[in-house]
Amino acid sequence: MDKGDGLDRGKKSKPSDQLKLTEAELKENITKVLNTHNPHAPQNIVRFNYKEGVYQRVSVDHTAILFEMESNIVYQDSEEGRRLMLKQAEEEDRPDSVASKADKKGVKLGNFFHFTDRATQTLNNPPRQINCQTAPPPRSIFSATANQWQIYDAYCEELQKQEKQKATLLKKETDKSKKGVLVTETQVLFSISPLAKETKILERMVHQNTFDEIAQDFKYFEDPSDKFRGQEGTLLPLWTFQHEETRGLSVTALCWNSKYQDLFAVGMGSYDFCKQGRGMIVFYSLKNSSFPEYVFPTTSGVQCLDIHPQHFYLTVVGFYDGCVAVYNLKKKSLEPVCKGTPKTSLLTNPVWQVRWQNDDIDNNHNFFSVSADSRVVSWTLIKHELISTETIRLSVNGGLSNVPDDEQLQYFSSTAGGTSLDFHKQTDHLFLVGTEQGKIHKCSIHYSSKFLKTYNAHNSAVYTVKWNHFHPRVFISCSADWTVKIWDDTIKVPVFTFDLMSAIGDVAWAPYSSTIFAAVTIDGIVRVFDLSINKYEAICQQLVVAKKKTKLTHIEFNPVHPVIIVGDDQGLVSSFKLSPNLRKTPKVRKQMEI
Amino acid sequence: MAGTGEAKKEEADYKRLNSFPLIRHTDMPEEMRVETMELCVTACERFATNNESAAKMIKESMDKKFGSSWHVVIGEGFGFEVTHEVKNLLYMFFGGSLAVCVWKCS
Repeated sequence: MDKGDGLDRGKKSKPSDQLKLTEAELKENITKVLNTHNPHAPQNIVRFNYKEGVYQRVSVDHTAILFEMESNIVYQDSEEGRRLMLKQAEEEDRPDSVASKADKKGVKLGNFFHFTDRATQTLNNPPRQINCQTAPPPRSIFSATANQWQIYDAYCEELQKQEKQKATLLKKETDKSKKGVLVTETQVLFSISPLAKETKILERMVHQNTFDEIAQDFKYFEDPSDKFRGQEGTLLPLWTFQHEETRGLSVTALCWNSKYQDLFAVGMGSYDFCKQGRGMIVFYSLKNSSFPEYVFPTTSGVQCLDIHPQHFYLTVVGFYDGCVAVYNLKKKSLEPVCKGTPKTSLLTNPVWQVRWQNDDIDNNHNFFSVSADSRVVSWTLIKHELISTETIRLSVNGGLSNVPDDEQLQYFSSTAGGTSLDFHKQTDHLFLVGTEQGKIHKCSIHYSSKFLKTYNAHNSAVYTVKWNHFHPRVFISCSADWTVKIWDDTIKVPVFTFDLMSAIGDVAWAPYSSTIFAAVTIDGIVRVFDLSINKYEAICQQLVVAKKKTKLTHIEFNPVHPVIIVGDDQGLVSSFKLSPNLRKTPKVRKQMEI
Repeated sequence: MAGTGEAKKEEADYKRLNSFPLIRHTDMPEEMRVETMELCVTACERFATNNESAAKMIKESMDKKFGSSWHVVIGEGFGFEVTHEVKNLLYMFFGGSLAVCVWKCS
C-alpha cells in the first residue's frame, strides 16, 4: 500500500551500479565449495636455510585469528594458582572483605523469583536522505587592470587629496589662532539663537524666582499700616532698573506702553548744557528688571519720547540736537524708521516734548513736537519719511503769523522756546504749550496763528503741563520756580499752588483718580497729593533714592497697576507700589471744588 | 649612469613614501574591509619577495574567517575580470607597485 509519504517502503530499489546479466546467465547454476583453506594465505613461500644451503618450503598455517582475549583464569595446581589461593584465604579473614559481604547477600540472591532479565528492541526508524539546494549568493563581475602606471597615478592622486586636506586644516588653524580668544567660540557649533524665545522665557522665570518677593508685593501686598496712618500713604519700593551702558546719562523721559502695561520706555540723555554726548532709548519690562528688552543707542541725547497709544510699537523720540525720530519696535534694526531734522535752525534746539496724535484721514501717523526754537511742529509719517508742518510759533506777544525764515534770528529774542506740550484727553485739537518764560498757552491745531488763551503761569520755565485725565478743564503745571500749580482753564489764576521748597523735576496725574497727582524733586523726594483729602499738603512724602545727591527727573503712573516709575539723573529707574491710601478713587464727585 | 642611479633612488624613495595601502575598489562592509586590508598588508610585508606565499597566506586566513572559498591575486602587472559574490571583493594597491585583488566565489 502506498502511504503517500514519498518514502519507498518494501520496494526493491536497484542500485545504479548493479551488474546487468541476461536471463540465461541468471539461471546458470554455479557451485561453491567451502573448505578450511585460507584463501589469502600464500602457498609458495620459500626460505633459504643456511645450515643445509638450500631453499626450503615454509608451511603457513591456515588459521586466521578473528578474536583474541587474554584470560585471567589460572590453573589451580600450578605455582601461580597456589600462590593466589593463599592470598585469597588471607583476604577472607579480614572483616570488611568483599567475600564476607557476598556471603550474606548470597543467601538472598539465591532466590530466582526476585530478579529476572528482560530485554526489548525499540523500533529503529530507517534512515532516509533528503537534499535541497539554497539560492546561490548574489554575484557580480568586476574587472580592472593592475599596471605600474595605474598604481603610480592612483598614489599621486591620493597624495594630492591629502595635501589639499592638510592645507585646509592649516588654514582653519591659522584663522583660529588669529582670532585668539574667539577660538573656542568659532568651534561652537551650537548657538543659542534658535532657542531665543525659550531662553527669554527661562530668563523671565529665573528673574521671577530671584525677585519673588517683589513680584508678590507687586501683586498682592497692601500695606496694612495704612489704616493707622490716617490719610497718609507710602510708596513700597519694587524693582529698580539699571543698565550699565547708561552710566553717566540721566533719565530724561519716561513713558508707559498702553498695550503692554508692563513695558515702559526710558529716554536717556543729559540735562547738562555742557555735557552733551550720546543718548539711549531703553525699553524695560517689569518682568525683567535686570536687562532691558530693547536698547537703541543714539548719537545725541534723548530729551523726550512718546509711545503711540494705538500703534504700540511706534515710539517717537525727540533729541537734544533738534531731530525727531520714529522707532519701530517690530523691526529688528537699531536704527529709527525715519528721522526728521529741523529745517532751518542753525543752532541746536532741543526738542522738549513730542506727542502722538491720532492717525489722520489718510491713516498716516502724525505727532507734534515742541522745541526750544519756539515752534510747535506737526510731523506726518508718510512712507518712511517725516514731513513737518509748522503749527504755531510761540512768541512773547502772543500769536503771530508765520515769520519768514531769514528773520528768525531777529525774532529769536522775542520768541519763547517751548518746553512742554500736552494734548487734551477728550478734545484732541486742543493742546497746551508751556514756555521758557513761564507762560502757558492754550492752542488749537486748527488755529495756527493765534493762541486761544494765555496764562501767566510761572516766573520761570514751565517744565511740564498736563491735562487732567478726567476733568475736562483742569490741568497741572510745574516749573523751575519750585511751584506746582493747578488750573482750571477758564480761570486765569491758578486754583491751587504748591510750593515744594525744592526744584521740581516732573508732575504726573494719576490715571485712576482726578484728584491725585505726584511730583518729584531734585532732593530725591516723591510727593503724592490727593486734593480730595488734603488740599495743602502731600499725603505722601517719601525719599526714594539712596544717595542724597541724586535728583529725580521724571515720574509716570502705570495706566493699570498701582505702580509708579521714577527716573533720576544717574540713569536709574525705580518702581514703587502705591499704598492703598494713595489709591482712593473718588466715588461720586469728579469735579474739584474751587 | 648618474641619471639612472638618481632615477632608481627616486623610485625607491617614492616606493617608501607611498607604501600606504590604497584601496582602489571595494564593496565590503567596513569591518571586513579593514580586517582584510590589514591582512593583505601583513602578508605582503612578510612575503615581500614571494607573491605566491603571500597570496596563500591571505587565502587561507580569509577562508577560515569568512568561509570558503576565496581567491587572491597579487602582482605588479595584470588585468582581470572576475565574478564575485556581492560584498566580498577588495582591490587595493600597496607598496607603490603591488596590486592585490581578493574576492570570494564558491
